[in-house]
Amino acid sequence: MKYMLIMRSTDAAQEAYKDLPFEEVINRMGAYNESMINAGVLLAGEGLADVAQDSDNAFVVDFSDDPPLVTDGPYGETHELFNGFWILQVSSRDEAAEWARRCPLGAGSKLEVRRVTEPEDFAAFADNEYIRKEAGWRDDEAALRAGNA
Amino acid sequence: MARRRGGASRGKRVAAGPEPSVAQEEPRRGAVPRRIEALWRIEGPRIVAALARVTGDVGFAEDMAQEAVAEALAQWPAAGVPRNPAAWLTAVAKRRAIDSWRRTERLEERYRRLAQEAQEDVVADWNPVPDDVLRLVFSACHPELSLLAQITLTLRVVGGLSTREIARLFVVPVATVQQRIVRAKKTLAAAKVPFEVPEPSEWEPRLAGALRVIYLMFTEGYSATSGDQWIRQDLAGEALRLGRVLARLVPREPEAHALVALMEFQTARFAARTRVDGTPILLAEQDRSSWDRGGIERGREALARADALGRGRGNYALQAAVAKCHCVAANVDGTDWPQIVLLYEALGRLAPGPVVELNRAVAVSMATGPETALAIADRLVAQGVLRGSHLLPSVRGELLSRLGRSAEARAEFTAAAALAGNTRERDMLLRRAAE
Repeated sequence: MKYMLIMRSTDAAQEAYKDLPFEEVINRMGAYNESMINAGVLLAGEGLADVAQDSDNAFVVDFSDDPPLVTDGPYGETHELFNGFWILQVSSRDEAAEWARRCPLGAGSKLEVRRVTEPEDFAAFADNEYIRKEAGWRDDEAALRAGNA
Repeated sequence: MARRRGGASRGKRVAAGPEPSVAQEEPRRGAVPRRIEALWRIEGPRIVAALARVTGDVGFAEDMAQEAVAEALAQWPAAGVPRNPAAWLTAVAKRRAIDSWRRTERLEERYRRLAQEAQEDVVADWNPVPDDVLRLVFSACHPELSLLAQITLTLRVVGGLSTREIARLFVVPVATVQQRIVRAKKTLAAAKVPFEVPEPSEWEPRLAGALRVIYLMFTEGYSATSGDQWIRQDLAGEALRLGRVLARLVPREPEAHALVALMEFQTARFAARTRVDGTPILLAEQDRSSWDRGGIERGREALARADALGRGRGNYALQAAVAKCHCVAANVDGTDWPQIVLLYEALGRLAPGPVVELNRAVAVSMATGPETALAIADRLVAQGVLRGSHLLPSVRGELLSRLGRSAEARAEFTAAAALAGNTRERDMLLRRAAE
């Protein structure tokens, strides 16, 4: 089964992180990633660009309005930021939890761990037009990438 | 940055320094045993490998590690999980080893060496040598052991699986797995198998052996010959994980990456291979939209890594390249069949065999037409190979049918049906014969 580890931190945690030499952050995260690669469980993972640095890096679409409103985001007020994610392939919830525990994050940070759905989760809707179409779209995208590679 | 423990701190800063060892998490039933199992899967191989380095004996190391796990199961539910569980388990296992040697009063030198290491553990961080796990792979895949024993021991000591998990994967009783492991350890001890990475001259065949064990484990799960299909997929998944581990251990070996690529491509197509009721679906009729694109992408990356090493394509790389041709094609007609023909020709030069030749015939029929392909199939018939297998007559039946020679095709399908071991396949061939 696959789990997604979603990195979340608060403004306070971001502030505390600034005191830490960035190279040390890279080293700690690198060692963590390496341990998961070595164990054969890491399928994917990306970091998300700094919200505060540039408004091109992040914005929010608010559906309270109709049509939805695109803004630079109420990031300063939410206190919770999504900073990156990993996707792991593990044998159990406990194994996912064990890897999550090892993540080198500081106080104020949280990891949200979510199971990634698999085709079996939609078995009851296998014949649904859009379930089938979505798979087709993914196909097209992969074919495009294959052509460009 | 303050050190912190798992879910307990919830946004609160925890002071650096000694921390309570009990994690204040929401209690889950059987949480500690399950956590130990998860820890074992992650850390077990390195613990056993580190112990084997100092004891020189994989079987003994594994026994001592298991005793440490038993002690953890007894202590941790009440005392809490220690901050560094792997170091705890290693230290306890080393102590057990010393006790055992003390009782038997043998191996004085090893005892002294280990006793000294155990002392150092108190202060030193737990830090196994990366090569240890590679030595573990070579010991578990030692040619002294039967293939089944190699697979079982690999799952156990390299994969970190419990006997219960292995029993579930092979659909056999736990006692059977325990016996296999005990026998494998005895065989290794009797053969005095050293815990080492083999000499350069032995390197290639031994690595090939390790790759073969992993691929056999995978095909056992992939072909789902018996038992519950989902459980077998677990076995294939575990083999893929071990393949990734091995490729990381020997990153300069193209065939290790190629094997990972092959397994990724095949796993990606797994869901489309059978209907809900277990009926096999032919490649041409498979719903390609249910192939796992992430897996195909990882397969492409792994194959690119193998190719980037610039040492040419081996057996697994060629097979992976064939699988890639299927994976990246939108449909059967859009498949690069000429490329597949070339790949099978290369495979035939590298590892000649009738099955490769038959696969080449199928590819040729798609690339150039059934006539040329039939000549290849006829040559195989003349050579008298693949007798007793339904593969050759079913391919000939297909080719004859495409050439419009229906009577001959019908005879071949009937002959193939009589040879098919799998009832699903037999039914399909009989249907073809009736068409």
